Amino acid sequence: MTSAHPAVELAGLTKTFGPVTAVDGLSLRIQPGEVVAFLGPNGAGKTTTIDLLLGLARPDAGTVRILGGTPTEAIRYGRVAAVMQTGGLLKDLTVAETVRLTASFYGRTRPPGEVLERAGIADLADRQVGKCSGGQQQRLRFALALLPDPDLMVLDEPTTGMDVEGRREFWQAIRADARDGRTVLFATHYLDEADAYADRIVLVRQGRIVADGTTAEIKNLAAGRLVRATLPGADQAGLAALPGVEAVEVRGDSVLVHTADSDAVARHLLTRTDARDVEITSRNLEDAFLALTTGQPAVERLTTQPIGA
Amino acid sequence: MTTTSTAPAVTRTDPSARRPPALGGFSPTVLAIEIRRVLRNRRTLMFTLIMPAVFFLLFGLPQRGQELPNGRPVTAWIMISLAVYAAMVATTSAGGAVATERALGWSRQLRLTPLRPAAYVATKAATAMVLGLIAVVIEFAVGAAAGVRLPAYVWLLAGLGAWLGSLVFAAFGLFIGYLAPAENVMQFMGPILAILAMFGGLFVPLDVLPHVLQQIARFTPVYGVGEIARAPLTGDGVSGAALANVIGWTVLFSLGAARLFRRDTARV
Repeated sequence: MTSAHPAVELAGLTKTFGPVTAVDGLSLRIQPGEVVAFLGPNGAGKTTTIDLLLGLARPDAGTVRILGGTPTEAIRYGRVAAVMQTGGLLKDLTVAETVRLTASFYGRTRPPGEVLERAGIADLADRQVGKCSGGQQQRLRFALALLPDPDLMVLDEPTTGMDVEGRREFWQAIRADARDGRTVLFATHYLDEADAYADRIVLVRQGRIVADGTTAEIKNLAAGRLVRATLPGADQAGLAALPGVEAVEVRGDSVLVHTADSDAVARHLLTRTDARDVEITSRNLEDAFLALTTGQPAVERLTTQPIGA
Repeated sequence: MTTTSTAPAVTRTDPSARRPPALGGFSPTVLAIEIRRVLRNRRTLMFTLIMPAVFFLLFGLPQRGQELPNGRPVTAWIMISLAVYAAMVATTSAGGAVATERALGWSRQLRLTPLRPAAYVATKAATAMVLGLIAVVIEFAVGAAAGVRLPAYVWLLAGLGAWLGSLVFAAFGLFIGYLAPAENVMQFMGPILAILAMFGGLFVPLDVLPHVLQQIARFTPVYGVGEIARAPLTGDGVSGAALANVIGWTVLFSLGAARLFRRDTARV
């Protein structure tokens, strides 16, 4: 089972649509067995990157390798399978027919009954696809993706439009499956999904990777506190030299200091400067996500993880 | 936090056991499911299998007792014409199903499977031809039950002519299927097919049309099939014009479909 090749290797991937650069020189390497969240706001280029990865779109520049081969080869041998956001199902077929039909496209598959079982829809086998709920259809897509027993499973925002219960059940099925050592790459704009189900989070914004690390590492980006004060003519370099300070940003009369030691900064501001309105807030993963994906310059410097791989 | 999934693979497929599908994914399983899908579609059944049969009972039966110049029954002439009509509607709708599947994103989904695009098109064409055959057989069965009597070779050759000639419309359906963005492509195809059938002399003999229309009709895509399918009955023989008509339109629609199909599969 072990392979010398990375499960996914994207190098300098670029894709433009007219004046819009959807993917901008993106490089990413995923090792076999990793469960990776591709996290970013809508329009960050996640879906385009996945289309390029799967060979559904051709990159303007850069290369895609899946398990050492081209996407087409990987698909032909059933080494990669994907669960796309919407569509892709024939409403007039039953669930079981859809699975049998799709199975016939492959050289070798797991038994249809088994994939229905694993996707948790064995009891829906005879239902017409058009009569299934969005969550049930999504689990059918997952069942179809399980058919070739792929080494790499790609999911593009798989829980969009599902209710809380549907999302939970869906991820339970994915998690149970990932334990078998399958590489999983999923795109999402739900922070909690990335946090709960991924070993590694790749944050994307405007077609670029802005942070890449374990969930713990990404969370660390948001560790520490933010000290904000009104201080005209703040001495940016002086503040940056304080112990624990990671970044200083001046916005008009305001100064924002990101620091591991908020007490020291506050003491300095209140005793050595004319700072007023001192405010100390702690930050969470949500803040890190927002900061990294909306691109405030000072915060970008906080990205200590290597960009790309 | 999840733990890293380093658990040993227990049920995983060995890479050496992986192989691409035979024939690019074209298989009897696919064909069987496709045909079942088509037969489950009430609209298709209505327009391809039931309506032409009803047409025969409505317009064919009143002509009972009338004879063609060579002494064969006029009802047979009508039956064969309507069999061609049934087959052309059947094959067009089966080919046109591509439009629905494109609209539903199914063809995009297929690109994530090893199914070769050519195998997909071959399946669609084969489904169309099976449906076309069923359409011809049903029309002939209704005719026979209603008293049409013909020598065995006429049944066989006329049936083969109507069926094989409908290949034109399997290609036409695929062409439209790749051209139209709509999910319900057959809703606007129905009237177009009826007009083509009219010009092809399937509803009334072309002789009753004004001379100019008769001349135009010879170049429309139904004309050739109709002539060829009725030739065993009338004994007139197959004209070069009819043969050229069928071959010409089949090639034209096939090339058109192939071109659109390539554009479709290359699209980003």
